[in-house]
Amino acid sequence: MSRSGFASKSYRTRGIVLRTHKLGEADRIITLLTPNGIVRAVAKGVRRTTSRLGATLEPFMEVEAQLVMGRNLDIVSQAQLRHAYGQLLVADYPSYTVANAMVEIAEKLLEADSDSTLRQYRLLHGALALLSKLAVEPGAVLDSYILRALSIAGWAPSFTSCVRCGKPGPHEALHVQLGGVVCADCRPSGSLSPHPVTIQYLQALLEGDWDAVALAGPRARKQAAEIVANYLQWHLERAVKSLRHVERS
Amino acid sequence: MYEGAVQELIDELGRLPGIGPKSAQRIAFHILDADAEDMTRLAASIQLVKEKVKFCEICFNISEQDTCAICRDERREGSMICIVEESKDVLAIERTRAFGGRYHVLGGSINPLAGVGPEQLHIRELVTRLADDSITELILATDPNLEGEATAVYLVRALAPLGIKITRLASGLPVGGDLEYADEVTLARAFEGRRVAGRAAAPQVAPQLPAPEPRTEVPARGKPEAGESTSDHPVDAQTQQRFVVPEMDDHRSATR
Ligand SMILES: [Zn+2]
Ligand SMILES: [Zn+2]
Repeated sequence: MSRSGFASKSYRTRGIVLRTHKLGEADRIITLLTPNGIVRAVAKGVRRTTSRLGATLEPFMEVEAQLVMGRNLDIVSQAQLRHAYGQLLVADYPSYTVANAMVEIAEKLLEADSDSTLRQYRLLHGALALLSKLAVEPGAVLDSYILRALSIAGWAPSFTSCVRCGKPGPHEALHVQLGGVVCADCRPSGSLSPHPVTIQYLQALLEGDWDAVALAGPRARKQAAEIVANYLQWHLERAVKSLRHVERS
Repeated sequence: MYEGAVQELIDELGRLPGIGPKSAQRIAFHILDADAEDMTRLAASIQLVKEKVKFCEICFNISEQDTCAICRDERREGSMICIVEESKDVLAIERTRAFGGRYHVLGGSINPLAGVGPEQLHIRELVTRLADDSITELILATDPNLEGEATAVYLVRALAPLGIKITRLASGLPVGGDLEYADEVTLARAFEGRRVAGRAAAPQVAPQLPAPEPRTEVPARGKPEAGESTSDHPVDAQTQQRFVVPEMDDHRSATR
């Protein structure tokens, strides 16, 4: 009757489902971002249409889950929905593609640096919530998320004062690898000269100033999106697969 | 590690879906123990499938000829096309006998994290197929999970400008599951209860034009309130300041 010293420990946590993989006949592996780190857990039988857990453990959902520690992977024993972001986001295709990119970036950033998990969790949660309201153009939410997720990871860009000498701006040149604007004295070769409106727009994205973000035109958005994507790629070692599928208006 | 041939077999088996290293080893030793004739037959059937079976030129269902048995069958209703993710979904729907039309197999669902976008699916071929005037109804039967739903949303938007009636399987299919696991009764009922998912105002325009999306099943979203926050998710001073933090009752309005 004794369970030979291997008492199964269970724990409760809040989490955002980053993604799921099919496992075996009817199970899934759930990648869950919790305030304490990323957990990979098995959800049994969730692909059967009789499973109640299946709809809860979908990507982008925020859940309250009960897990049992396993030898390799933990097992999800219960889960309740906190916020059904997945269901809201899926109804708008551009938002769905942006949400995919955000969760992939979150996972990649936390693989490199797990100290900032709680802050990354809050940022992702806020970004998914905003995205699901369809109030801000999805591409702008993504670019703002990227700039702020990189800031939390220790790579905060500057679009006001010079990133080299700190001289207050506005400055006209921008250097992606250095992480922002550079003054005329510091300006290294390879600097870009984006439109001044683009630099203001990048600052608005970094601050989450949605009123200012809404004023930007398509050219500034496009230019900024390229700068943000290059800045992200510079810091992440591996390519973000889902960025290619992001649909921008 | 085992010697050459055995290890090679274990490695190959381990690449199959749903088979981990342990199962691969178990199957490999079963093959070693089993009757030689039985295993030769297994090997031959794998080889035969790879030689003979291909994808239907019209609908991408599996077929031993250029076109599949369903596309060749004159008695099938040509005006209705049921769009599914995989060939095994065709089989599941055929078992219900609830549908007498034809199919289009997409080859998966839109899943950007796995590198699958609309271009990786047989959507372009579907649009080409729809140039045929006799097609009057499209039934979206993608999996009732998030990727399947996203694929359906994409298709409605891309195909609505064609002016063809688009319906979506509905009742009885709980979200989160795979279509192939639905029992026949539930799946048949889902066919009867399919609802209109999109129909364009202006018929026969070139596809891919953005069209207003029907969003009947999801309630309208509220306007954001600037600077809003809750005690549950304190605002992070530097990085978080302007992402609107969700209200606590969001999930209630979002649940179907
Ligand atoms: Zn300087
Ligand atoms: Zn066919």
